Amino acid sequence: MNREEIILAIKDIIATIAPDEDVQSLATDVRLRDQIELDSMDFLDIVMELRKRYGVQVPEEEYKELATLDGCVTYLGPKLEGKVLKQRRDSPLPA
Amino acid sequence: MSLPRVVITGIGLTSPNGNSLAEYRQNLLSKVSGVREWEIRHVGKTPAGVCDFDALRWQKRKELRRGTRAGSISVYCAGDAFREAGIDIATRDRSRVGVYIGTTEHGNVETENQIHEVAQYDFDLSYWSHHHNPRTVANNPAGETALAFGITGPAYCIGAACAAGNLGLVHGMQMLQLGEVDLALGGGVSESIHTFGIFASFRAQGALATHADPTKASRPFDMDRNGIVVSEGGCLFALERLDDALARGARIYGEVVGHCVNSDAADFVLPLAERQNECMRGALAKAGIGPDDVDIVSSHATATPQGDQQECEALRAVFGDSKHTHINNTKSYIGHTMGAAGALELAGNLPSFDDGWVHPTINVDRLDPTCEVRNLVLNEPVRASRVDHVLNLSFGMLGINSAVVIRRYRA
Repeated sequence: MNREEIILAIKDIIATIAPDEDVQSLATDVRLRDQIELDSMDFLDIVMELRKRYGVQVPEEEYKELATLDGCVTYLGPKLEGKVLKQRRDSPLPA
Repeated sequence: MSLPRVVITGIGLTSPNGNSLAEYRQNLLSKVSGVREWEIRHVGKTPAGVCDFDALRWQKRKELRRGTRAGSISVYCAGDAFREAGIDIATRDRSRVGVYIGTTEHGNVETENQIHEVAQYDFDLSYWSHHHNPRTVANNPAGETALAFGITGPAYCIGAACAAGNLGLVHGMQMLQLGEVDLALGGGVSESIHTFGIFASFRAQGALATHADPTKASRPFDMDRNGIVVSEGGCLFALERLDDALARGARIYGEVVGHCVNSDAADFVLPLAERQNECMRGALAKAGIGPDDVDIVSSHATATPQGDQQECEALRAVFGDSKHTHINNTKSYIGHTMGAAGALELAGNLPSFDDGWVHPTINVDRLDPTCEVRNLVLNEPVRASRVDHVLNLSFGMLGINSAVVIRRYRA
């Protein structure tokens, strides 16, 4: 997955977890929790969805790497190499 | 001991045949069933009572996703109960508000879902959801209600099998009488149609209804009844001490004047007419009335062969000489809404204080002679000369019996 695809993948997961939020316009360099309402349970949901959709395991001590979308790209890039973007059929994001 | 009088000042409900008291009542008087075909994993197609309320009326999508169906039903009923009571909950001292929700069972739906989920990952428990515990704790429906409305007073559930709806109401009344709270929500909810286990267990017991036409599947007192239609639903009453209700000019739906809860101590599943009889008489004694003062008995009958017989035996013993007592049944329309049943079935009868109509029990094509009871209202509504007292019966597994008497409000 390239940078755009990883951002799309994360935004699609967030759209599932926080369906009341507008994820289209999320800035990539600002902490996600400063832009939308995300608590620790939501964060665990993001980690769970990464595991279910892409088989990616994120150890607890590395959760902080997922604080921003840019951080997600840097951290997840190697883990998502060669994987295919999976979006929900009803995703609000462009396919 | 003189205790403060407690009255019902608001009703929020969702039933398989109506999402407000007005719609529900209209459908009871028009004989409209809410039972339809329902498909659930491992069981297949079966009749069930399914609700289609506006779950986003009082909650956001994220809250729905995180919570449970029982929580969603509770929040819907609570929001509507406050609104119907004319109460802006945000302006109240919410530390003095109590939430008492009866449930038959809770957690089965969520546990089955989780097991189904991890089964797809070869039972790797790293796929087990962190939401499992907050969804399955026994206070979940009440806790979600407290969260949704910022209620900081006592909020918890009362597990009482199918008597639970009555018990939520009774407990709310008692907490008001004790001065523990100034406003109470009491009633019950059910999300049971989303667990295959409840259908499978009733089927294994030979107590799950089947019928080619789902709307005819729930048929208490009929010769061809063959079991229970499982349903979801909810009903919460806003309860206040009479003085508080009068002070704010609230509309009063009725006064909770009598109740009784007892136990058979006899069998896990079989009912016992003798204890049901004692329970009814206990509620009447507390209300200070005799059987003939009861205008409507809202029966519990679930359409199992033996359960209906036992209840009718108890009803004949208590009301056999009562000329003015009408007996009806609401499960014939909506199936068995489990934890919600007591509250929903009572709510369906409360408008009788105003309009004088008694809705019938439907689907009785051939009355079982062992279920013959004086003034059983069959298939067509009847007009009562006047309705002053409704007795609502709800019984449950492990032999729990409950009876509640509501009186038309009089100063």
